[in-house]
Amino acid sequence: MSDDTTTELKQTALHATHVALGAKMVPFAGYDMPVQYPLGVKGEHLHTREKAGLFDVSHMGQVFLMSDDKDFATVAKALEKLVPADIQSLKPGQQRYSQFLNEDGGILDDLMISRLAMKGYEHALYLVVNAGCKEADYKHLKKHMPKGVNVMIKDDTLSLIALQGPRAAAILGCFAPEVEDLIFMTHTDLELKGTLAEPVWAHVSRSGYTGEDGYEISAKHEDMVRLVEELLKYDDVEPIGLGARDSLRLEAGLCLYGHDIDTTVSPIEAGLIWSVQKHRRDAKAGYLGAKRVAADLADKTTKRLVGIKPDGKAPAREHTEIQDMDGNVIGEITSGGFGPTVEGPIAMGYVTRKFVKAGTPVQLIVRGKARPATVVRLPFSPHNYFRGHSS
Amino acid sequence: MSIKYTEDHEWIKVDGDTGTVGISPYAATQLGDVVFVELPEIGREMDKGDEAAVVESVKAASEVYAPVGGEVIAVNEALEDAPETVNASADGDGWFLKIKISDASELESLMDEAAYKTYCDGL
Repeated sequence: MSDDTTTELKQTALHATHVALGAKMVPFAGYDMPVQYPLGVKGEHLHTREKAGLFDVSHMGQVFLMSDDKDFATVAKALEKLVPADIQSLKPGQQRYSQFLNEDGGILDDLMISRLAMKGYEHALYLVVNAGCKEADYKHLKKHMPKGVNVMIKDDTLSLIALQGPRAAAILGCFAPEVEDLIFMTHTDLELKGTLAEPVWAHVSRSGYTGEDGYEISAKHEDMVRLVEELLKYDDVEPIGLGARDSLRLEAGLCLYGHDIDTTVSPIEAGLIWSVQKHRRDAKAGYLGAKRVAADLADKTTKRLVGIKPDGKAPAREHTEIQDMDGNVIGEITSGGFGPTVEGPIAMGYVTRKFVKAGTPVQLIVRGKARPATVVRLPFSPHNYFRGHSS
Repeated sequence: MSIKYTEDHEWIKVDGDTGTVGISPYAATQLGDVVFVELPEIGREMDKGDEAAVVESVKAASEVYAPVGGEVIAVNEALEDAPETVNASADGDGWFLKIKISDASELESLMDEAAYKTYCDGL
């Protein structure tokens, strides 16, 4: 039990709500956060896949980048020095997933980047970064942003929640019908009203980290408390803790910083090449770590992150050794557990290049015993992102 | 038949020199949904406090320790297909293993039902 630093833990604006809902609270990235509610991790996981789950992700960092000259190119070019994603081509309202890299091409953090759509702010970028990395990210940004590009940290004024699952659109649509037409990886700023006594001004993006359709919603602390109270009145909405957030993202095959990705791996090794747009794959692309990304692409790297499905029922946890069928060590599990939707154990881990092909048999050493497993394609549970109404 | 508890929330039901071992409903609730139980091999000799089984929830693996020493004479194979039985009936059908108790005096250091209840209330 970690009872040593409880008094120093930070609280989100929704802390009292979590406690009132009967959450089991645990220290996480310096915050006292809900790991599960009375429904339990498995129940919360399945509820999110079937209806709608509400997550407090206010511990994550929210930052705006704005330039004095109000020119989007100024901000985009500045951020492109730190991430391998194409930022300059972002249109107002568009969002992209990327990573901060160090000089060696190792991943410092992964983040979501949005170009604001609000009139007068189309030059600005909005970033959401991981809680555990945010202080380092802020320093990194401040160090590298040129004069005239301002780093505005908003953790002290803005809360962040995620509403995820097949019922998310219909429910949030009760507060503002426009959100139902947003497509995956776009966002808007608007007033949420519905049954709220006073409207809530919110930044709403059609994104999340569960593999489900859904939203991330940023609003002022006091407004968020009111909004959450209102959302929880819907029978289809259940509060979801960090436990189910982790099993959901693992089933969706999404990397967790500090586990599947860290400073020792490049985006290419982590299977994130899809997040590096074609013209950014050159060694001369001009961002920190570009040489490593280009070299990894050319060499195809020595190890790769893959999905691994244990054949039996025993889960294989993080740090479990992966062996080939002859007993040679070929890698290690970086995330592993039980997938409630898959109804069995699932894992991700790095293996040497020879073993990355789906269908390759491997062995996992769980408590000293070799257990059969198979390399599989990710995700374990299909993504249900909303990419537009079919005509 | 008497039932005794450890501070790690294992229970042992004693019938003659045979002890049936499981985890308490309190422990099962704390663990959350049990998704896998690794049981020992029949015939294994265990000392008091040895790792006897491993119970895995969605999130984590937890060890189950032998409340007393002895030889494993049976395991609950039904848990292989239905690990959730541990949550549904921790002190009944969700038992893990039976041991032939080698030293009955080791039972004396364990808590009876009333003492265990007081212990849990204090946690």
